[in-house]
Amino acid sequence: MLIFECPYCGIHADETELSPGGEAHLKRFGPGASDEDFEGYLFMRENPKGVHFERWRHSNGCGKWFHAARCTMTLEVFGTYKAQTFEPPQEIKDKITAKRPGWSWRTFS
Amino acid sequence: MSETETASFPPFNGYVTVSKDASIGMITLRGALNSKGLGLAVGKSLPKERCILDAKDMQVAWMSPDELMVLCPKENVANLEADFQKSLGSQHALVSDVSDARAVFTLKGTNVREVVAKLAPVDMAPGHFGTGEMRRTRFGQIAAAFWMTADDEVKIICFRSVAQYMYQQLCVCAARGSELDLWT
Ligand SMILES: [Zn+2]
Repeated sequence: MLIFECPYCGIHADETELSPGGEAHLKRFGPGASDEDFEGYLFMRENPKGVHFERWRHSNGCGKWFHAARCTMTLEVFGTYKAQTFEPPQEIKDKITAKRPGWSWRTFS
Repeated sequence: MSETETASFPPFNGYVTVSKDASIGMITLRGALNSKGLGLAVGKSLPKERCILDAKDMQVAWMSPDELMVLCPKENVANLEADFQKSLGSQHALVSDVSDARAVFTLKGTNVREVVAKLAPVDMAPGHFGTGEMRRTRFGQIAAAFWMTADDEVKIICFRSVAQYMYQQLCVCAARGSELDLWT
């Protein structure tokens, strides 16, 4: 069972209080984009064994969307952070580096 | 209408009693949650994160970083709503009467904590949850919020459309013979 601390209300919410929102930090390509970019935005996803970034919503709670960094293999949670950002905060990256030196995910490392 | 409602929710006498409250007034406030924002509407009585507090003739509950819920007698809703609108002026904020959207249930008995713990993923151990706190969560498969008015009384609100589901699961979990005696 995953347990995330909601960065908006502080509750340590278990999975049943949350809704998964898929991969984090996707850049939207809409009207006017190339077919390749649009396809990438719609369909291309990471499927890592290890460090991963996701969006979750505290749906049975304060209702806010937030980000989570976790390990898909061990289910270890590195941390959660607010939605108003384009990339993981340095503090989260440092936590991951401490536990998974040399990690990388898309353009982040 | 009110007759059918009463008929569907008879008071239940389990090892904890379950009853449906008469409909109360509820006003949702959304906007900046500080003294210059929603604080202007509810006065000094701005609840802390995840708390509910008693103010004059109303209770104010923290629902999210930009949302409050005001609970009051139904006949006060129109006046309060107008007051809130007035004090917020041209601020970007929402004041909405949502009294008809939700149902309220009361659990009463020394084992109320246990009945809540059977249905919601919340640590109900004494010392971990108590009066003054407002918790939004789920009960079974539906979203709900609850608070304790005393150590033996819990108020639960959920959407009215799922009130029957809430009532039935509360009755099952409060049935005699299903005591766990976790904290008594
Ligand atoms: Zn939350």
